Amino acid sequence: MTTTAVRTPVPTARGPVSSALLDVLTGPEDTPAAAYETLASAVARAVESTEDVLADEDVQLSLFLLYLLHYGPAEFVTGEREWDPELLRIRAVLEERFERELRDRVPVPDPLPQDGAELVDAMFTMTGGEEKPTLATWLARHPSEEILREFLIHRSIYTLREADPHSWGIARLRGRAKAALVEIQSDEYGGGRPERVHATIFAQSMRGVGLDDTLDHYLDLVPAPTLASMNVMSLFGLHRRLRGAIAGHLAAFEMTSSIPNKYYGRAFRKLGYGEDVTWYYDEHVEADAVHEQIAARDLAGALAQDEPALLPDILFGAAACLYVDGLMGEHMLECWREERSSLRPAEAAL
Amino acid sequence: MKNERSEDPSEDPVVITPCPNGPLLVRGDVLIAPEPGAEPQKPPRRVVALCRCNMSSIAPFCDGSHKLANFRTRPPRYNIGSPREDAGEED
Ligand code: FES
Ligand SMILES: [Fe+2]
Ligand SMILES: [Fe+2]
Repeated sequence: MTTTAVRTPVPTARGPVSSALLDVLTGPEDTPAAAYETLASAVARAVESTEDVLADEDVQLSLFLLYLLHYGPAEFVTGEREWDPELLRIRAVLEERFERELRDRVPVPDPLPQDGAELVDAMFTMTGGEEKPTLATWLARHPSEEILREFLIHRSIYTLREADPHSWGIARLRGRAKAALVEIQSDEYGGGRPERVHATIFAQSMRGVGLDDTLDHYLDLVPAPTLASMNVMSLFGLHRRLRGAIAGHLAAFEMTSSIPNKYYGRAFRKLGYGEDVTWYYDEHVEADAVHEQIAARDLAGALAQDEPALLPDILFGAAACLYVDGLMGEHMLECWREERSSLRPAEAAL
Repeated sequence: MKNERSEDPSEDPVVITPCPNGPLLVRGDVLIAPEPGAEPQKPPRRVVALCRCNMSSIAPFCDGSHKLANFRTRPPRYNIGSPREDAGEED
């Protein structure tokens, strides 16, 4: 596999849906009706027959590619596809199945909190289980070059565009919640200093361990749980209806970040890496201790208070973050404990 | 046209918010001296969290350790801004 010759290679299909989708995305700009039909029937079959949509490589890659049209750059795509009505319709079918699975499986506190203050307490209780972060503590004890590189590859799918999925939410919130979200995002985007943009600091960490920091460079290597983690954020961020969920997602993310990042930084330091690599982690120990408070109280809490109808979805979004990111972490940990790679085989990526 | 707020940003007051069971959030234009007598420095972000559990590895900033320590704050003791006599009435 060459790592530098092709900047954004065409992703490799993982089944009938992603195969038909890639045919459309890379085919003639004037898509033949037959290509849409092939795709639509593959999608219909997939949502019927999938055993676990969160672990379904074909479905998760397809969702990721459809969302990618909104983020870019996706240079392999021919023509203007972002608002292609056929593709939006297809995406809606996949999303319906994805959201249904999440709502079935993700545990939400019962009984529901009654107001903003109770919601904040519930959020701290929900995220409290993450205070002894297994993946992070394990990495700090058993760091190796290979494992840390794999870790960065998984994280690169989201972190090279860190904060972007939650920014979709800004336009959909009002008042206190909007101001809180902007206050957090402003820090994520470097507070006006481009060199401090978190995604940029992360790219520097990748280069520091010899990885390619091009967006989606490692897409073919990451398995469904990693894609599902990103897809949950895009699902929540791109639907106004789910603005409570994107707020809750960010809050849970920030509330489970400082402590694990301390261990991640320790893991890289143990192998002798310097500040160019550990800056991202050190920055998040400090920044997310601030973001945690703002996200829990001023974003999630105030939103629940100002728009009580959103309260259940704020919790759902938070719980979905913990659940799906938990699956991603468990996958990595299980593979590494069994001393095998957590990535998809490189042949599949050729 | 007249702005309600002062034109001079340095006249915007700094706001300090004690977070229950957690840090003090400090919003605004502040300098922090790492220790008495040391040169005050500009913190790296607009809002900072100051540790009050004494467990942080990056003091004076909070690093989330208060949660591991199960740090518990007392509710505010008196109405901020009201005369000092109000304090202690509940005790
Ligand atoms: S208050 Fe957060 S670490 Fe001390
Ligand atoms: Fe960040
Ligand atoms: Fe953050």
